[in-house]
Amino acid sequence: MVEVTLWGSLSAVAGGKARHEIEAKDIRELFRKLAEQYPGIEPWIDRGIAVAIDGTIYRDTWSKELPEGAEIFLLPRLAGG
Amino acid sequence: MNFDPRFSGRQFASVGTRPIRPDGIDKVTGRARYGADFNMAGQLVGRVLRSPHAHAVIKSIDTSKAEKLAGVKAVITAKDLPDLTDGDAAMYDILDNCMARKKALYDGHAVAAVAAIDARIARQALKLIEVEYEVLPHVTDVDEAAHHHAPLINDQVFTEGLEEKPAKPSNITKRTQFGHGDVHKGFAEADFVVERSFKTEQTHQGYIEPHACVASVNADGTADLWVCTQGHFVYRQHCAQLLGLEASKLRVTSSEIGGGFGGKTHVWAEPVALALSRKAGRPVKLVMTRDEVFRASGPTSATSIDVKIGARKDGTITAAEATLRYSSGPYAGSWAEIGAMTAFACYKLENVKTVGYEVLVNRPKTAAYRAPSAPMAAFAVESAVDELAKEIGMDAVDFRIKNAAQEGTRASYGPVYGPIGIGPTLEAVKHHPHMKAPLKENQGRGMACGFWFNFGGQTCTDLNIGMDGSVSLAVGTVDVGGSRASLSLVAAEELGIDYSHVKAIVADTSSLGYNDMTDGSRGTFSSSMATISAARNAIKILRERAAQMWDVPVDDVHWEKGHAIAKGEKYGNLSPLSLKDIAAKSGTTGGPIAGHSELVADGAGVSFATHICDVEVDPETGSTRVIRYTVVQDAGKAVHPTYVEGQYQGGAAQGIGWALNEEYIYGKDGRLQNAGFLDYRIPVCSDLPMIDTQILEIPNPNHPYGVRGVGETSIVPPLAAIANAVSNAVGVRMTHIPMSPPRILAALDAEREG
Repeated sequence: MVEVTLWGSLSAVAGGKARHEIEAKDIRELFRKLAEQYPGIEPWIDRGIAVAIDGTIYRDTWSKELPEGAEIFLLPRLAGG
Repeated sequence: MNFDPRFSGRQFASVGTRPIRPDGIDKVTGRARYGADFNMAGQLVGRVLRSPHAHAVIKSIDTSKAEKLAGVKAVITAKDLPDLTDGDAAMYDILDNCMARKKALYDGHAVAAVAAIDARIARQALKLIEVEYEVLPHVTDVDEAAHHHAPLINDQVFTEGLEEKPAKPSNITKRTQFGHGDVHKGFAEADFVVERSFKTEQTHQGYIEPHACVASVNADGTADLWVCTQGHFVYRQHCAQLLGLEASKLRVTSSEIGGGFGGKTHVWAEPVALALSRKAGRPVKLVMTRDEVFRASGPTSATSIDVKIGARKDGTITAAEATLRYSSGPYAGSWAEIGAMTAFACYKLENVKTVGYEVLVNRPKTAAYRAPSAPMAAFAVESAVDELAKEIGMDAVDFRIKNAAQEGTRASYGPVYGPIGIGPTLEAVKHHPHMKAPLKENQGRGMACGFWFNFGGQTCTDLNIGMDGSVSLAVGTVDVGGSRASLSLVAAEELGIDYSHVKAIVADTSSLGYNDMTDGSRGTFSSSMATISAARNAIKILRERAAQMWDVPVDDVHWEKGHAIAKGEKYGNLSPLSLKDIAAKSGTTGGPIAGHSELVADGAGVSFATHICDVEVDPETGSTRVIRYTVVQDAGKAVHPTYVEGQYQGGAAQGIGWALNEEYIYGKDGRLQNAGFLDYRIPVCSDLPMIDTQILEIPNPNHPYGVRGVGETSIVPPLAAIANAVSNAVGVRMTHIPMSPPRILAALDAEREG
């Protein structure tokens, strides 16, 4: 079980809650379970969501494991120049 | 990914040295081929007809006269680029931006294009195209556009991110919010509060090379595109989708690039050139003029930002809040969102709240510009931080050190930081001789901090060892700042050979797997990770070949300093085999030796910088001259320190132009008034002092060598550092960028008039 924090706009499509307890071993499972619970989140996942695990931002490594007790924060996938 | 990216703390032989760049001779002798330097047999000249109106319905387009002109081979409108985006709103916006479909949304929006046998005939043909417009009210200012009375740019836009869907459409496409704690409580605890509003005007990346491409579509559905871009694989995806081509049949080759800075991450003219070529049945070269680059390729946002920061007498910030409005052109964007995330990222804050609003305006579609959105937010925040330090009576650097984020701090955008470099950059600035140098009359000193995320992304690299032992390295990230040199150093480091034996190239889209753009400061970070991985795969094969040559178990063969070594007393008579020895025998030990790597380079470390700036302001004319400038930035590990310094200096130079001169100026008619380098003034060498640099190396734990991105952070602090310097020089807080002479004189007049 990991605790996941969603940024403001994303929490609006996740039942208005910023913090969620989810049973997920990696980013892929986290996204799948969030989408099952809150279908409105799926277009956001398609557009791109980055996952910060203990402060390190992962954008594409959906196989990245979510360690027990880690701080997990979802962020918009951003553009660079 | 079968690759361990963790920082290993190794000692380096090649990395960290400063060899001559491999593309240098071609560039200084004029042999390097840029976008417009490529030609194909039978090539036509493409030209684009653009809207003179800021906002207008396109009632009809009559191309018949142009089509009849001798020498014209194709004329296209939006009808020749049918909508194949299948509900993908972002791609539809790109399509509509390449060629207006129902409405022209800004001065310069493409409405038709021609391909002709020469430029003269192409220009004549444009004059023969008859477009009937119904001109609509327009809005170009970000604050006016956000007002509920403003002309609507798209009546289907209802602000996202509000608790309830609004009843009426507006020009605000999205609201985003970040932060934690309770800012009301925090401000109640403050002894001092600074609250101010700031504006920044729209600027262009100002790359010297205009957009240019040559497109050739064949009757069998295959196509070639030669183009100046920051990401040829992404251009292939976008062009293939918009044209209905199979991606594998569209081969895109990136030329040398004369600057991009984010502006060459978007397709503008390329789908148009491909559509012209498809219709004409001949190759088409399309090169934008400078006027077109300004009017119709992506500048950065104009912004309007309100900031409020409170602190106790002891200098502890108790609360920070910002509302950020960013223009995105006539299409939805996420630029204010990035500003809202980066605004307070340098600081350790218990109570922080930022709100971003994305605002549609009748200006060109906003594109990324080097750490997009962060410089404007930093300008507003760092100006207020400086002012607050003054009110408290603290030194500006000490105040920042007291409140700087550190490992374990919850970032204002959400997560908790790992090891970061803001503290060390501030300490380096505090002790830098620049801070103690005396100032003369009318001179002022300012400093400011900046933050950028840095990204990684999908990356693919091939490393091939020739039979003579030389190494060719094929990468898919476009070289925008010397990455071919840095990646050659990395290959040499891993293989244990000399840099001079490695030749790096940027491969085309048919020769290598997919690579994301060179953006987000990812070029050296990502491709060095893939190069290390590819080299290690090649070393595995080299060890196997050596084992064959010696007839010993491969597990007994190790790789050290460019040689295979058989370990163990029983192999005492075996001399080490060099890479060259093994390569020479490759034909009879299993064939070519190569290492391949495809990976997602994630875990790019965030980056911080602190800048110091001295200016002299002429109080009679309002003219400002930068007389000394110092950049201190964390690079993680500088692979090629000269190019890291070049990135630091380049970011500062662009920031100086943005802070003092550069600005899109629109007339009341919604037309851009200064679409050229004579009226839109970027800094030239004579405007700039030597920009001093100091590289800090705080290793990124998620890269084998500790590399972080370095390309973008350097443009984040300059607007604020220069604004603080000018404000200190003239004694008036400057709140509007650029601080051009008229704005400085107006601020001085306003101060005198009280």
